[in-house]
Amino acid sequence: MSFVLEVRDLVVNYGKVEALRGLSLTVGDGETVSLLGNNGAGKSTTVDAISGVVRVTSGTITAFGKDVTNAKPWDLVEMGIIHVPEGRRIFSRLTVHENLQIGGYAVTDSSAINQRIKQVYSLLPRLAERRAQQGGTLSGGEQQMLAIGRAMVAGPKLLMLDEPSMGLAPLMVAQIMDVVRDIREQGTSVLLIEQNARSALRVATRGYVIDSGVVTIEASAEQLRSDPRVVEAYLGK
Amino acid sequence: MDLEYLLQLILNGLFVGSFYGLVALGYSMVYGIIKLLNFAHGDIYMLGAFSGYTLLTIGAGVIGGQASIIVLVVIMLIAMVLTGTIGLILERVAYRPLRSAPRLSVLITAVGASFALEYGIAVSFGPNPRVYPVGLGNESFTIFGARLTYAQLAMMLIAVALMVGLDQIVRRTRSGRAMRAISQDPKACLLMGINVDSVISRTFFVGSALAGAAGVMSGAYYGKIDFLMGFIIGLKAFTAAVIGGIGNLRGAVLGAIVLGLLESFGTAWLGSEWRDVFAFGFLILFLTVRPTGLLGERVTERV
Repeated sequence: MSFVLEVRDLVVNYGKVEALRGLSLTVGDGETVSLLGNNGAGKSTTVDAISGVVRVTSGTITAFGKDVTNAKPWDLVEMGIIHVPEGRRIFSRLTVHENLQIGGYAVTDSSAINQRIKQVYSLLPRLAERRAQQGGTLSGGEQQMLAIGRAMVAGPKLLMLDEPSMGLAPLMVAQIMDVVRDIREQGTSVLLIEQNARSALRVATRGYVIDSGVVTIEASAEQLRSDPRVVEAYLGK
Repeated sequence: MDLEYLLQLILNGLFVGSFYGLVALGYSMVYGIIKLLNFAHGDIYMLGAFSGYTLLTIGAGVIGGQASIIVLVVIMLIAMVLTGTIGLILERVAYRPLRSAPRLSVLITAVGASFALEYGIAVSFGPNPRVYPVGLGNESFTIFGARLTYAQLAMMLIAVALMVGLDQIVRRTRSGRAMRAISQDPKACLLMGINVDSVISRTFFVGSALAGAAGVMSGAYYGKIDFLMGFIIGLKAFTAAVIGGIGNLRGAVLGAIVLGLLESFGTAWLGSEWRDVFAFGFLILFLTVRPTGLLGERVTERV
């Protein structure tokens, strides 16, 4: 399988704190890979490093065959590496529609942007209803939908979702995962960061468990679901 | 007080307010996008006046002593490009290296930049006031008994055109959307593929260009310029931005009009020597009573 993303021996330091200590992972073309782990395990740091928001101390990141270690975030977006950040980070004082337009900032073809915004509205009709409302007036689940919709307007080839289910009711989580499934079915590769291992492993094809900045388990989603260590730590009895 | 006098005071206030507005916009834009009070902004206005002076001196042989409004507009546009570029360089050299420094450090740098620009001009042009090589005509007309010169009317129209143009850019264009997005969450903007540094540069360019336009108009209207002329108007623009709600562009214009009117009426009642006392008294009043200004956002952010 060809990789869209290959992370090798990644080390990231925050001052004297080692957030990542030689983490390696891959995402294959069309794959949905889940990254599981507790708070502070280094999940968000991993995606932040991939999207160029934090500096990598050592190790390499290769995307679509190109070395993108410490590349500029806007160059990565242009390559189709799109990161939906933890906590959604939608623009609360821009309208829903403007948020989606901002998602297409790096896209130069404005008819492509409009086409994709239309697609987002048909996939997520709630957003269409609220297109003129300010982002900050949406509910948590709608804001997450908006954050994902905004990423879709960028035309992702690799979509990285950081804890999309955080703080949402179970029904909303299921809806978000449906959307992730839709995105995957369009051929987009997905890196899904989750604490909610149960729903993540339902969508993912493969997964990694990380702890203290390194990968501790790598297996198919099916194997992870039955791995006693995963069951005990992340799925509950 | 008779109605004509009242109208005259309102017109005077609007005229002064339109100057303040052009400068206040740059103040507010920069504050909105990087939360910096750019105390060198008034000096960009001064540089605009000096750019216009230099251009007019060079061109005086060609155009003669009485400049038409068209010539002045062309000079103003060139001066806008110059001051815009200076503002952009200022951000690159003085503010960008301090992007992640504490805000107080950047503020002190801004004060330093202000002095550097002022005394740089004092050295190159001399400390004495310079007289603008062209004057504007004094022909005036009356509306309902109040007097307004054609030059004043033209300058107000130019100011309004620039303000409306900026408003449209910020509200409707891709760059404007990016500016508004950065003012809310610069880190998320990186993830949208926005080159945040280049949008900040553009913001400085536009804000400085507007201040430069005001500088040229002020030189042509009042006839005299000096290296400290930006100091007071910088503080007035800051006051206007605070009154309107700093970071809010329509607020900056509203604040400028309010301040212009307050000054106009205040000086009519108290005498013109009280003008600045009156204006800065209002700054203090607003900062204590309503620090978010007339149109400012409430600072409750959802976490």
